[in-house]
Amino acid sequence: MVSIKVLGMGCANCNKLEENAKQAVAALGADAVIDHVRDMPSIMAYGVMRTPALVVNEKVVVSGRVPTKDELVTMIASLLG
Amino acid sequence: MFAWAEWIAKLIAFRLLGLDPAGRLGEAVRFFVYDMLKITVMLSVIIYLVTILRSFFPPERTRKLLSSYRYPWIGNIAAALLGVVTPFCSCSAVPVFIGFVEAGVPLGITFSFLVSSPMVNEVAAVLLWGLVGWRLSLVYVLAGLGVAVMSGLVLGQVRPERYVEPYVFSVRMEEADLERPTWSQRHREAIDYTKGILKRVYPFLILGIGLGGFIHGYAPQAWLAEHAGPGTWWAVPLAVIVGVPLYSNAAGMIPVATALMEKGLPLGTVLAFMMAVTALSLPELIILRRVLKPQLLGIFVGVMTATIIAVGYLFNAIT
Repeated sequence: MVSIKVLGMGCANCNKLEENAKQAVAALGADAVIDHVRDMPSIMAYGVMRTPALVVNEKVVVSGRVPTKDELVTMIASLLG
Repeated sequence: MFAWAEWIAKLIAFRLLGLDPAGRLGEAVRFFVYDMLKITVMLSVIIYLVTILRSFFPPERTRKLLSSYRYPWIGNIAAALLGVVTPFCSCSAVPVFIGFVEAGVPLGITFSFLVSSPMVNEVAAVLLWGLVGWRLSLVYVLAGLGVAVMSGLVLGQVRPERYVEPYVFSVRMEEADLERPTWSQRHREAIDYTKGILKRVYPFLILGIGLGGFIHGYAPQAWLAEHAGPGTWWAVPLAVIVGVPLYSNAAGMIPVATALMEKGLPLGTVLAFMMAVTALSLPELIILRRVLKPQLLGIFVGVMTATIIAVGYLFNAIT
């Protein structure tokens, strides 16, 4: 099972990233849990200074931008491979 | 370099619209079209290049660099300079602030970064360059860096740690292993960012350059020089007070300010106005309230305002 976390304090881009991640997971048919971490100290604990950020299996893969659904599909697939 | 823009502007104003080249309206329209064309090209090229440059300075890297310049002056100057090349939006002011504090960057130096980042603004610099000339653009950037360094130095002296929300000091950060963007990613992001900025500033730009063109064609020169010239002591503070609520309209205000300068408004007053427009923004202050207690927020705004006013007087005195 994959653990995916969106880090962001509820900004529009953060919600967009969560949406894209959901679609990417659905497209992959992966068994994943998507969380949205909104608490600042927890976000910072990942070493992230630009939100939104995406964490897959506790590894920061994106920070400060919103990748497209297709980009996320490739990204998550390569991490699972 | 922009002869083609001049040619198109004349074509539109005098041939297509059939306006009189000697008349005020014809001149105002030609001025408007010419400026719009020139500014659009300059903005696109320069924002693209700046974004590429900034992709090499993510805040995580700036944080690491600054944590090794912890001394006043050198640290404040480094922070002000890095504020220019680090991509920053007010939405990430809080994580940047906490990240710097966690890395042991002194607060005074962190403030220099937080002042210079929004104020030394590429859109403002390009507009000044295109509308007036590179000298004014350079003066604006240097004055902005000066304000950032000075405000940070002063703020470092008030023992600001007292007024920082206590949770900030308890955050611990992991060293994130960040993806290094490829050149094609840098390119794509710069294109997207440039498009985004142009889309956002265009309505203001049209309005501002239109109004600037109107002032250029119609405003009486003597009146401004008499009523808001260097002899009018309250002109600088007034320019700052008027400038603060206009933060989102920098692109629209700058053409107006430069047109007024042509008509006799002194350089220091114009500079102070532009710095107030770009540096002090209400949304950023609201966001910073999450990490700063109201006292420090007040001191921050006060010191920055005072420094900007001082720079305005200084330039009015020496020019």
